[in-house]
Amino acid sequence: MSEGLAARNGIPGGTPTWTRTTLVFAALLALLAVSLLVSLCAGRFGVPVTRALALIWQGLTDPSAPMQAMDERIVLLVRVPRVVLAALAGGGLAVCGAALQGVFRNPLVSPDILGISQGAALGGALAIMLGIWGFPLIAMVFVAGMVALVLVGFLARVSGRTETVTVILSGLVVSSVFAAVVSLLQFVADPETSLPAIVYWLMGSFSSATWERVLIASPGLILGAALLWSLRFRLNVLALDEAEAKSLGVRTERERWLIFALVAVIVGSQVAVSGIIGWIGIVIPHAARLLVGHDHRVMLPASILLGAAFTTIIDTLARTATAAEIPLGVITALVGAPIFAVLLRRHYRERSDR
Amino acid sequence: MIGLSHATVRFGARTVVDRLSFSVPIGRSLAILGPNGRGKTTALRAMLGFQRLHAGSRTAPSIVGYVPQVSVNNQRLRAIDIAVMGRAAHLGLFRQPGDEDYAVARTALNRTGAAGYAEQPFDRLSGGERQLVLLARALATGSEVLVLDEPAAALDLHNQERLLVLLESLRQERHKAIVFTTHDPNHALAAADDALLMMPDGSALFGPVAETVAPAHLERLYGVPMRTVELSGPAGALHRAVLPAFAGARAG
Repeated sequence: MSEGLAARNGIPGGTPTWTRTTLVFAALLALLAVSLLVSLCAGRFGVPVTRALALIWQGLTDPSAPMQAMDERIVLLVRVPRVVLAALAGGGLAVCGAALQGVFRNPLVSPDILGISQGAALGGALAIMLGIWGFPLIAMVFVAGMVALVLVGFLARVSGRTETVTVILSGLVVSSVFAAVVSLLQFVADPETSLPAIVYWLMGSFSSATWERVLIASPGLILGAALLWSLRFRLNVLALDEAEAKSLGVRTERERWLIFALVAVIVGSQVAVSGIIGWIGIVIPHAARLLVGHDHRVMLPASILLGAAFTTIIDTLARTATAAEIPLGVITALVGAPIFAVLLRRHYRERSDR
Repeated sequence: MIGLSHATVRFGARTVVDRLSFSVPIGRSLAILGPNGRGKTTALRAMLGFQRLHAGSRTAPSIVGYVPQVSVNNQRLRAIDIAVMGRAAHLGLFRQPGDEDYAVARTALNRTGAAGYAEQPFDRLSGGERQLVLLARALATGSEVLVLDEPAAALDLHNQERLLVLLESLRQERHKAIVFTTHDPNHALAAADDALLMMPDGSALFGPVAETVAPAHLERLYGVPMRTVELSGPAGALHRAVLPAFAGARAG
């Protein structure tokens, strides 16, 4: 009996807390649904909930119908792609953070530490300066992010072995160099045209979301997150001590790089369409861990749902709180940094208590 | 079968393991004895392939049931979720453990007597309980080889007894090659067929327990006078034990 109940929870073998976990997931799904809906309706041009749902239904059932009404154009061409992009990016960033924290056995790391974000930023800034937009920009962002990752990989590999600490420090080194080059690009950029574009893009925003951008970013975001999710049990094993993981048949180094590459795909896709958005990858997995525990098999999906909802809410705030839109990265930093500070202190207090 | 052949491990200029050879076939148990810092753990790691050999070779199956001294794990998982990780090699990268794997893990927890706290968080268990969960994980791998690094080091006498009874019963089944390191020669007497004495001068002595775990060799191993005593156990059978005759002890 209990086996059957537990199996519904996705984890066989009997879980006494299955009801709690199921409730948490139901609540997370509800939160995501509500935040998506609110984001569709709220804004300078308010749309009633029933009308928004009717418009989406119409868009789904008859996508070729000509759009006439103002609210129709706003919802289907502006808000839906924006909301979809925010949710996908948030879920992707959160699952990246969750996976990296497992691999590094350190709850304080995030996608930024591998240098991927700064690498991607350099690629994007360079593309904007050269007047490149659209798909080539995405490609440049992605390639630059991967270059940063490979550089970190080379730097961190000392006499054939990669240690966690050297990866983190190498990420720091590569990030600094890439950030310096980004600053240099800003210094030489045309202050009339490309400089504002670079600055705004670096601050992170979903304001430029279009269906085209959704199509460009979603394959990487969805595929990367799906593959990380399918590695969820492996992540439990990878989070063990090196020798333990190896003795259980895990090729630790190779599998770690597989996860890094998936993270690069996700972060590259996200940065390409919405710029640098920090903090989600570190704050959300922590919240997910508090809600459902440490097992990656439930922690990863919880991170995805929570990350998607959180980013949608933050994005809604960013465009509705004031008359002018606040860059998203600013809000995530303002919200995320204090949460991180509290987590950091608690983490080290717990450690010293042991 | 698991073992080393003329294996040498150096840390810088210091040779920690010098042309060490031993082998443990399926069905036999080996206790590795030696003073602190003599390289017991290094020999174990070399045998498992976690430590590069400067010379010589190792023999080991691809999957070994390995029980670390302590499990450094900052994840809060249930004991059963730790034990089921033993199935990782059978699952490959992208698959999740199913009911069958959990059944194997439960059987292993039953075998080690840890089934009672299968659902409890691993990091809340006592040292002895954790050891039994980790041993269950090693059994769940299905490997014919079990390797335990100082399994009794952090255990009180009651838990040492439990662990040794368990190791002895596994030895009696003769299905596995078992290797464990220990400080206490009595552990070798209780649960091993062979012993490897890693002497302070860098040499090593490998052979059946009856020949190697003897006062003369142990005195050379620890630099302490040793005596063998015969004790009657609870069932009346005689047990051999070795004791250090520490200087200064004048009790009674």
